[in-house]
Amino acid sequence: MGQVTAAERLTPATTGGPGKRRLADRDGLLAWLFLVPSVVYVVALVGVPFVLAIGFAFSDVTAGDPSFDWAGLNAFRRAFDDPIFWQSLRNTLVITVVSMALIVVFGKVLANILIADFRGKWVVRFLVLLPWTTPVALSTVSWLWLLDSIFSPIDWVLRQVGLIDANMYWLGRPGLATASVIAVHVWRLVPLAAVIILAGLIAIPKDIEDAARVDGAGFWRRMFEVTIPLTLPLIAVAALFGAIFTFTDMAVVYVLTRGGPTNSTQVLASWAFVRGIEGGDVAQGAAIAIFLFPLLLAAAVLILHAVRRMQVM
Amino acid sequence: MAAVATTEARAEELRRHYARRHRLGRVGVYAAAVLIAFIGAGPFVWSTITALKLNSDLYNPDNNPFIFNEPATFDHVRFLFEGTAFPTFVWNTLWVGALVVAITLVFGLPAAYSLARLDRPWAGPMGIALFFVYLVPPTLLFLSLSRVVVALGLQDSTWSLVVIYPTITIPVCTWLLIGFLKGLPKDIEEQAMVDGYSRVGAFIRVVLPLLFPGVVAVTVFAFTLAASEFIYALAFISPSAEKVVSTGVPTELIRGDVFFWQSLQASNVIIAVPIALIFTFFLGRFVSGFTMGAVKG
Repeated sequence: MGQVTAAERLTPATTGGPGKRRLADRDGLLAWLFLVPSVVYVVALVGVPFVLAIGFAFSDVTAGDPSFDWAGLNAFRRAFDDPIFWQSLRNTLVITVVSMALIVVFGKVLANILIADFRGKWVVRFLVLLPWTTPVALSTVSWLWLLDSIFSPIDWVLRQVGLIDANMYWLGRPGLATASVIAVHVWRLVPLAAVIILAGLIAIPKDIEDAARVDGAGFWRRMFEVTIPLTLPLIAVAALFGAIFTFTDMAVVYVLTRGGPTNSTQVLASWAFVRGIEGGDVAQGAAIAIFLFPLLLAAAVLILHAVRRMQVM
Repeated sequence: MAAVATTEARAEELRRHYARRHRLGRVGVYAAAVLIAFIGAGPFVWSTITALKLNSDLYNPDNNPFIFNEPATFDHVRFLFEGTAFPTFVWNTLWVGALVVAITLVFGLPAAYSLARLDRPWAGPMGIALFFVYLVPPTLLFLSLSRVVVALGLQDSTWSLVVIYPTITIPVCTWLLIGFLKGLPKDIEEQAMVDGYSRVGAFIRVVLPLLFPGVVAVTVFAFTLAASEFIYALAFISPSAEKVVSTGVPTELIRGDVFFWQSLQASNVIIAVPIALIFTFFLGRFVSGFTMGAVKG
């Protein structure tokens, strides 16, 4: 602020009148004017719908009768009485936890490969980014064909090798279908995790790594005692992003299995969609979707914590 | 003297040892690079092969699926453009993306400048709050937003996406822009203001041109987010003429149990490759934007 007034004194009113100039220079006011449009946009279309979503869960709103009437816990009761809800909850947790673990491990491996110097790195980087940058719904269609019940090339290879006689029916058996959903999530989110971890690796000063090397620490010791502890906050961020994007996604399940076979891959997000949009029971859909929130809140707090630690470093 | 000789011999031995390890390491790096490239791109390679196959070649379980047992054909790619609504989906995605990017920049640039430069005490918490909005998932909001869309009279219209997508892009792009802004030295605007520009003038005439690379990166990022979104597009829009690529391809190119497999796969590759190319080009910039945004400047 002091600087600005000094500038004003040096060059009195070179642009516009004195009033206009003062307005365009009042940082305090400008800070608000610049920020308010974004805040209003986000509050109107995220904040309000968020409150509305909670309201819907306690209402009797349906697609046919959108008038809002208080219905207490009826929607929750309807959701809980349906065993598919509990199955979806269980599936969501299993898919999220397994995917998150695999995403972090493979993300770390991928980051380590991408930080190395080698020829053709640009091409490798492009090919590795494909799973992440392609719209989920489209890349899942590729997987749908890759795991086709009759024409899957994986089956063809297994048949040639002589491991199987018939087909695997990847998406037709509960266990394999769940594994397929996890595989697609891991495949599409590992590049993101790798990029986040890579950002941490790049930030480590070269001397630390060199010092450890001079002290005789081998590759594994350097990795587990130097780089992993130093990049832990970003690894945590990568893990939480992996968890959030797996937990809240319904495109993979919707395109790959439609929740089947017999709801064995149904997740909360897809079940909320089935009930709320396809079934028209908006209240029940909202009640199901609310179960996404506690875990998200926990993840958000943990990310904040990790970022704070990074700033302290 | 003898001591020097032994150290030299030892040094030579060590050097050879490390050279051998280095060569082994190189082989390992290349093997790993090829492997990850294959895992990443495998499904797309499979898509590309499929897209160019004749029906009689494709639908024979005994044929080797990785090679062309019969001549390749572009018929299915042509069908994608001439016989399906794919061009409409692409067009819708493009103009929705362009408008979303424009809205994002108009709202995000001033907000980022405010949070990065105007030194308010609430800037830090506000920036974090804005970022957390990005973590509120569409799956939590699509039900109530679909009622909002109905109230706005935009149901079954692509315009609903133009209105709703900035709620995803503004928070994350503002965060990115804060990072880029912190990468610019403060002296630049201060000098401009000493030279007679007002704060707003310095922002528009001096900071924005310097921020251009960051703006390009954010444009790419916002466009990709808008093009990839699935749930809102699925929940708000059902007529096929209004659909975008991410919902149109999986829902319209599959008719009942009939899959236009070759055309489906062709569309995936046609969409996936350009986006990934652009992203590869800008990757370094995204990484620096995100990390700079996190580190307090």
